[in-house]
Amino acid sequence: MTVDLTQFHDAFFEESFEALDAMEAALLKLDVGSPEPELINTIFRVAHSIKGGSATFGFSEIASFTHSLETLLDELRSGTMPVTVALSDLLLKSVDVMRAMLRAVQAKQPIDSQRVSDLQFDLEVAIAHKSEAEPAAATPAGAAWIVAAESAAGGAAPAAQQAPRWRIRFHPYRELLARGNDPLRMLRELAALGELAVRVDAQMLPALAEVNPQDCYLAWSLELPGEVPEDAIRQVFEWAEGDCDLSIERLPGEQALPAGAQDAPTPVQATPAPVSAAPPASAQHGAHPPPAPAPASPAPAKPEAPVSALGDSGSIRVSVEKIDELMNTVGELVITQAMLSQLGSHFDGPDAEKLRAGLGQLERNMRELQESVMRVRMLPITFVFSRFPRMVRDLAQRLGKQIELKLTGEQTELDKTVLEKIGDPLVHLVRNSIDHGIESPEARIAAGKPAEGTVHLDACHRGGNIAVEVSDDGGGLDRDRILAKARARGLVGPNDTLTDPEIHELIFVPGFSTAEKTTDLSGRGVGMDVVRRNVKELGGKIELKSEPGRGSRFIITLPLTLAIVDGQSVAVGTETYIVPLISIVESMQLKATGITRLSGHSEVLSFRGDYLPIIRLHELFGVEPRSRALHEGLVVVAEGDGRRVGLFVDDLLGQQQVVIKSLEANYGHIEGVSGATILGDGSVALILDVPGLIRAASMRTAA
Amino acid sequence: MSTNPVERQQGFGGGSHQVLTFVLGNETYGVDILRVQEIRGWSAVTKIPHAPVHVLGVLNLRGSIVPIVDLRMRFALERVEYTAITVIIVMSVNTPAGRRDFGVVVDGVSDVVDVNSAEVKPAPELGSRSATDYIRGLVSVSERMVVLLDIDRLIGRDLALSTGIDGEEAPAASAAA
Repeated sequence: MTVDLTQFHDAFFEESFEALDAMEAALLKLDVGSPEPELINTIFRVAHSIKGGSATFGFSEIASFTHSLETLLDELRSGTMPVTVALSDLLLKSVDVMRAMLRAVQAKQPIDSQRVSDLQFDLEVAIAHKSEAEPAAATPAGAAWIVAAESAAGGAAPAAQQAPRWRIRFHPYRELLARGNDPLRMLRELAALGELAVRVDAQMLPALAEVNPQDCYLAWSLELPGEVPEDAIRQVFEWAEGDCDLSIERLPGEQALPAGAQDAPTPVQATPAPVSAAPPASAQHGAHPPPAPAPASPAPAKPEAPVSALGDSGSIRVSVEKIDELMNTVGELVITQAMLSQLGSHFDGPDAEKLRAGLGQLERNMRELQESVMRVRMLPITFVFSRFPRMVRDLAQRLGKQIELKLTGEQTELDKTVLEKIGDPLVHLVRNSIDHGIESPEARIAAGKPAEGTVHLDACHRGGNIAVEVSDDGGGLDRDRILAKARARGLVGPNDTLTDPEIHELIFVPGFSTAEKTTDLSGRGVGMDVVRRNVKELGGKIELKSEPGRGSRFIITLPLTLAIVDGQSVAVGTETYIVPLISIVESMQLKATGITRLSGHSEVLSFRGDYLPIIRLHELFGVEPRSRALHEGLVVVAEGDGRRVGLFVDDLLGQQQVVIKSLEANYGHIEGVSGATILGDGSVALILDVPGLIRAASMRTAA
Repeated sequence: MSTNPVERQQGFGGGSHQVLTFVLGNETYGVDILRVQEIRGWSAVTKIPHAPVHVLGVLNLRGSIVPIVDLRMRFALERVEYTAITVIIVMSVNTPAGRRDFGVVVDGVSDVVDVNSAEVKPAPELGSRSATDYIRGLVSVSERMVVLLDIDRLIGRDLALSTGIDGEEAPAASAAA
């Protein structure tokens, strides 16, 4: 009966990472002092399911770590231990460690066991501290075997015996513990549901020398009052399903534990296992080794427990591949539909009108279908935003600043691919805002502002695009210092005066900012050029607005999807190319006199006071053009990586939205080409990548 | 879409298998039929810059962009005009970067024949090994010699070389078949 568990690994990792995100989010929301039980439950559940999963898959280090974590969380859950700042830090660190362990296991790399055991030690210290703080609960955890406050011996309230009761026979298999289940915890959960009567069956317990501490030798018969819902009971055993024999039956009144004698012929006290009988008075906490003072809290939250947290809002997990396949097919349909429409417009005859009406209907339906399919790939931006609360908290702590993070528009949806790539630039901007933007509390108070600074992340749709904004109420850009630096570096003449936009442009100059990284220049710094490049690669742009003393705003505008681009079709000879509209500055016809030749072959054109190099597309791509004379064709002025060039083409054809297809799927990367698309007639047109073209062209001239 | 036949290696080990034969000049060549996706007539291709000479360009094959290779040029045969009977055979190759589809232009498709693996003779080694290592073997089918091709070696390596494979395949076209 060997099952290949590796097939489930991917799902386990994916779910665990998601669960850890949920745990982190819950931890950040956790109020010191008065923690919400539901949050603690969420956190606990994550630790528990990771523990269970990793034990099943044999990731013993993770299982062992999460076990310690779970023990600590259990104390929190039962309210025997207060939530402190130090503790929540410790738990956040545990999230990091668990993530690191999972990643390492996923990548089949060794786990950083030093880090793990250090933290595990900290966790255990925290647990131990708790017991010191409460000497009353000093029962050592290892010896916490429970015996019942049980009726036959102790004589629990006789009234309970009259009412109908649940009888639960719980007989775990030996490997129950190894699977990450803890019967002790399950009993505690049952105890929280109602007055629990417990009888342990220790018949199978071997002599001490033969005991394997990782095996479970005990079985229990339990009774609960009849008013406890059966679901709630079953839920407790949910995780243990398949690892135990379980029977739950309803007993009518009058016959509490009559079978007790058969079930547990060996008196509990006679077993060699360390056993301590709890006083009958604490019947309802009977399963609770340290008689905890605040047992009530976990109970009400239990029934709805497993639903929330992991966002199980009636969704299904579909592989990206399947969605791409669907998109592809729909893209094909769109092309076929375009072909039919073209054909239909040429028809004559009695039914031509009907045909055209039908085709019009088809076109509308197609568009809706395409939009719906596109939307499947869309995810809310909260997937990116969710990492910031933690980051802001950590950074603020380290820098000794007080910062509030405001998130709005988290539900704004955008394409998964865009989503994955926008994370890093945003992290950069937020980090800059905290590091350079927000002042220290003292400086803020001196400037008449509240000590706590605000960093605001906002996302919204804006006319077919999505705008993501990072703003802060810090000091804004220090224009004098930027200007001084720029002058010192010779980027700006000593007597030039610059407008604000020009100054803002300076911080995007590669190397400008990085050089200032170690100084205290308040202008934002590190690698803004990289941020801008990333945004541009996504087909977006970044703007900056800053007011001295009031703060600054970075606005990133992105296309909703990477699957479609607005393009200008251009003709070169018999070939058609698509130039993305976003990189086009202007198109124009040149006069024969408007061109200057430099050193024989490289041509430049004069454009608004600048001289731009001309790239002849037909030369670069080896195509026979209609005309080689520059004034007989057109020049498209395009911008890429901050450089402008004139692209020489034969003709402009029209603007259209095109679906981007990969050339790399079957062929490979071509310098200067970002992809291909299929035109209305079914033929393929290449989509140009302007920065790549500029690189390719300069390599040619260099060679 | 059923499990892709390409996953099954085009093994010539054991038993007989089917081979699609096609004509190129005076020779007949054969490829494992399980690798063949479709056969279609010649249509104009879109040229791609900086491609090896025998890569003519790309075509739209039901939504994915597929490179087209001229086998005559690949084998350094004399070029001929593309006509109405010129045929493109679309096949799958396994490359280090995964499965790729491509089309080859041939003079004409002849037949599907059963080839018994025991009858396949190794290609005689003459001169440099690399010149013929894309030949799996020779087999005689009704008095004609058929050259069995290893398309992974013939084309897959070509594609891999010409493209500087990067693992990141854009999602759009990867799933078509």
